[in-house]
Amino acid sequence: MLRCASLSKTYLSGGHRLTVLKDITFHVEPGSFVAIVGPSGSGKTTLLGLLAGLDRPSAGTVHLDGEELGALDEERLARLRGQKIGFVFQSFQLIPTLTAVENVQVPLELRGEPAAARAAALLERVGLGGRGHHYPAQLSGGEQQRVALARAFSTRPKVLLADEPTGNLDARTGATIIDLMTELNRDLGTTLVLVTHDHDLAALARRTIRLADGAIVADSAA
Amino acid sequence: MTGIPFVLRMAAREIRAAPRRLLLLTASVAIGVAALVAIGSFADNLRDSVRGQARALLGADLALSARQPLPRAAEAVLDTLALQGGRVARLTSFSAMAYVPRTRGTRLVQVAAVERGYPFYGEIRTDPAEAWSGLQQGGRVVVEPSLLTALSARVGDTLALGEARFVIAGSVVSAPGNVGVRAAFGPRIYIPARDLAATHLLGFGARAEYEAFVRLPSRVSPQALAGRYRPVLQPERVRVRTVAEDQANLNDALGRLTGYLGLVGLIALLLGGLGVASAIVVFIRQRLDTVAVLRCLGASAGQVLAIYGLEAAAMGLVGSAAGAALGALTQRALPGLLAGLLPVDVHTAVSPRAVALGMGMGLWVALIFALPPLLAVRRVPPLAALRREVVPAGAGLDPWRLTAIAALAGSTIALAAMQVGSWRQGAMFSGGIGIALLLLWGAAWALTRAARRWLPRTWPYPWRQGLANLHRPSNQTTTIVLAIGFGAFLLATVFLVQDNLLRTLRLTGGPARPNLVLFDIQPDQLAGTEQELRAGGYRAVGPVPIVPMRIQSIKGRPVTLALADSAGGRDGPANAWALRREYRSTYRDTLVASERIVAGRWWTPGAAEPEVSIERDLAGELGVRVGDRIVWDVQGVPLASRVASLREVDWARFEPNFFAVFAPGALEQAPRTFAVLTRVEDAAARGVLQRRIAERLPNVTTVDLSAVQETLERLIDRVVLAIRFMALFTLGTGAVVLVGALATSRFQRVREGALLRTLGATRGQLFRIVLSEYLSLGALAAVVALLLSGVAGWALARFVFDGKFALPLLPLAGLGAAVVGLTVAVGLASSREVIGRPPLQVLRGE
Repeated sequence: MLRCASLSKTYLSGGHRLTVLKDITFHVEPGSFVAIVGPSGSGKTTLLGLLAGLDRPSAGTVHLDGEELGALDEERLARLRGQKIGFVFQSFQLIPTLTAVENVQVPLELRGEPAAARAAALLERVGLGGRGHHYPAQLSGGEQQRVALARAFSTRPKVLLADEPTGNLDARTGATIIDLMTELNRDLGTTLVLVTHDHDLAALARRTIRLADGAIVADSAA
Repeated sequence: MTGIPFVLRMAAREIRAAPRRLLLLTASVAIGVAALVAIGSFADNLRDSVRGQARALLGADLALSARQPLPRAAEAVLDTLALQGGRVARLTSFSAMAYVPRTRGTRLVQVAAVERGYPFYGEIRTDPAEAWSGLQQGGRVVVEPSLLTALSARVGDTLALGEARFVIAGSVVSAPGNVGVRAAFGPRIYIPARDLAATHLLGFGARAEYEAFVRLPSRVSPQALAGRYRPVLQPERVRVRTVAEDQANLNDALGRLTGYLGLVGLIALLLGGLGVASAIVVFIRQRLDTVAVLRCLGASAGQVLAIYGLEAAAMGLVGSAAGAALGALTQRALPGLLAGLLPVDVHTAVSPRAVALGMGMGLWVALIFALPPLLAVRRVPPLAALRREVVPAGAGLDPWRLTAIAALAGSTIALAAMQVGSWRQGAMFSGGIGIALLLLWGAAWALTRAARRWLPRTWPYPWRQGLANLHRPSNQTTTIVLAIGFGAFLLATVFLVQDNLLRTLRLTGGPARPNLVLFDIQPDQLAGTEQELRAGGYRAVGPVPIVPMRIQSIKGRPVTLALADSAGGRDGPANAWALRREYRSTYRDTLVASERIVAGRWWTPGAAEPEVSIERDLAGELGVRVGDRIVWDVQGVPLASRVASLREVDWARFEPNFFAVFAPGALEQAPRTFAVLTRVEDAAARGVLQRRIAERLPNVTTVDLSAVQETLERLIDRVVLAIRFMALFTLGTGAVVLVGALATSRFQRVREGALLRTLGATRGQLFRIVLSEYLSLGALAAVVALLLSGVAGWALARFVFDGKFALPLLPLAGLGAAVVGLTVAVGLASSREVIGRPPLQVLRGE
């Protein structure tokens, strides 16, 4: 489903070449649940950005569902994201000017699909059935992240990429979010790639890839 | 494309959530649109009125006019027209002194001696109503009400005009087209044509206009007649006018007036555009996260641009609609502001065309100014949703952005050209605005740099903090300096031009300058006139001899040939006026203070041929240079002359100036009249002297220059008032943009204030921080604006109005202080929360 080969990323920072990722190679099977862990600055989020096609690697390739991301221009990447990828962010990233249900509708509407019924059903599923007309500012952090989950799953994406999804939540709320994610992963067969430094969370994954200083130091599947 | 419903839906949701400060910015478009709709409606109403009243303005289908009794060729034409069923009414008009024996009041008036039937169209309404119809019974006069006021006279009084006596039968309630500069030379009075001879006023040297008005049967086309007879009448110095041509000329003149007023409105709209642009910059900054998330979710760059483009368009539309409503109300005030300048009655209907045009322009300006900053959303990387620190890729040389900016510049020129009806002027106007804005922008840039680099460390903390605010991230320095500075620049320039125009007109130069001119003194009346002046204790300046003459030929080519040249269009050659007119020339051996030689030399003693000095601009019109020969027709006697010199004449000084001045010797034997000047300080004494002259020398015209000057000043004041009224829209827009600019950064500022207070800043310190910030902003905007207006005012005075330029420092300083005060007041008012809100509430409330 996701395959990256010899992936490197270097930045020019104040005249110095800064290597954030070097020679990353791994393969993720459809329907699996992978956690990418590592200390701050180890390159986790950079890797996630490359997997989603949000950024371009300095060397190496990423294949998503058989397509080579490097060969696609920005517009086709956007379409690919809309069709195959769902996102969950540490800071939720709901659109503040839209209600909860509208936030869930956006990816469907982008694809030109009927949105209202499915969005309502998904909100029901994450336990926010009655809160659809609320704006993000009127929801707690946990509720916002549940809306974000509903949004991420609304288009039945092949891959769900999550960046520290519990990072801004307390332990109990975080656990609910994780339960929901794994449930949806199981029910919909979505491939789940999760970036975290939360060991409890990583322990739930079927496979853990550990990064340090931009390189893979451990991979539980290997 | 599946994206369109999504874009529409998202745009609608964004508009629903539009922050109030963005609405405020639609107000900046609204004021400009209001100005344009008001002017546009007014211009349309004016054109309608001219169309409806053009026939009444001329009073006939066709009119012939000349500065001498109509020549035989013209009489022949009139006879022919009468045979074809046309009706003719003649009107002779001239200046003269009116005198009411009962009140002993005297006043210079414009006499119109009319025949029965005039006007054929339109109506001269009088009070009492039958006064007009009874006029032709003879011995009666109908006068404008201002004459009754000036002479303390009333209907039924006797009015003396020359050697005739009339009964005042009534006053004019309304007569078409009698306005403007003509009114400066006295109110109009109507007498029957058959009583004209009895006044004995049209003797030698009198200036009169002789007109014949013709009403044609409906089957005859006035335009065709004008085309047929013009080649015959033009060389005879007879002008032919038709309703259609008069209407076109009037529309041209009024179109220029409303066009220039519209430019001021356009400036307000463009300033509003700047406000829109600055709002969008801040707005986009607040929407970066949303844009990045939408991109993550699969929206294309084009879709995101479309969403915010639609939102900007909707805001522009709301602003334009509000502006159109405001403009529809405002336009009711315009005819009143320009009263006395307009030859027609103007109704105040709202013109749908003007509303549509104004709204269209508002929408367009909102969009075109929003576009360059909006284009930045295309460059927001989706990665920004993961990492806050990712900034949009640098603007660089984005071809789209360059195209948008070029479109902006192009539309500014097009809009200006549309207002004034000329591409060249549109481009010049836009260039001028561009330069002014560029300089203001440069000043703002310099200020932010200076604040960053050279802020003395020894200054007290609040001042350093306030000035540092000028360059902190997302500061509004540029927007505020542009908005305030441009409004102030405009007002100051209008003020400077007005001040300099009026200064040129004013009779300065102390008690030596004459303020009363006595014209048409016959040679045998000269002694009597001077005696009259001496008796009053007044000094007589002059006498200045005046010899009426016409040009017979220039460089050997007869004028009649030149006038018959039809190449120049319906009014003959472009210089027809110069060729046709009657010149009232003088002779003397010295130059006067208001003239100087610019080519050739003043008289050569013992010259073989009579020498003449021609005014420079006239020489240009006539195409003569020093050494050329001009033959004059002096009352039928040819007089050959050589151009000895060209003179520059300061016409604005109210002195007897001449187009042609002859060397002594050539004209002493010619029939001539004299003018004598004097100065009488007291207005009442001037009145007494005018009356005594009128009683004793009824044909002598006395012109009170102070009265003429006052009337002209009133007219200028009217125009200036209208321009200022429009300039207020610009200042209003400036204020709205200022408020909007401050509101967009309010949240950040309130937080900063709270932080500072948490760190121990007192309210007094916060107040000083805010004060120093706006004081420096206002002062910078004011200083740059005043400097710019000084340059612009000088250029206008020098190149457009041909006058001297002076800087009235005190009023300008006052204007500058007012601008600074306004900036500080708005700044402090919008910072109440920064200073006043309890810090904990802010920090907790997020």
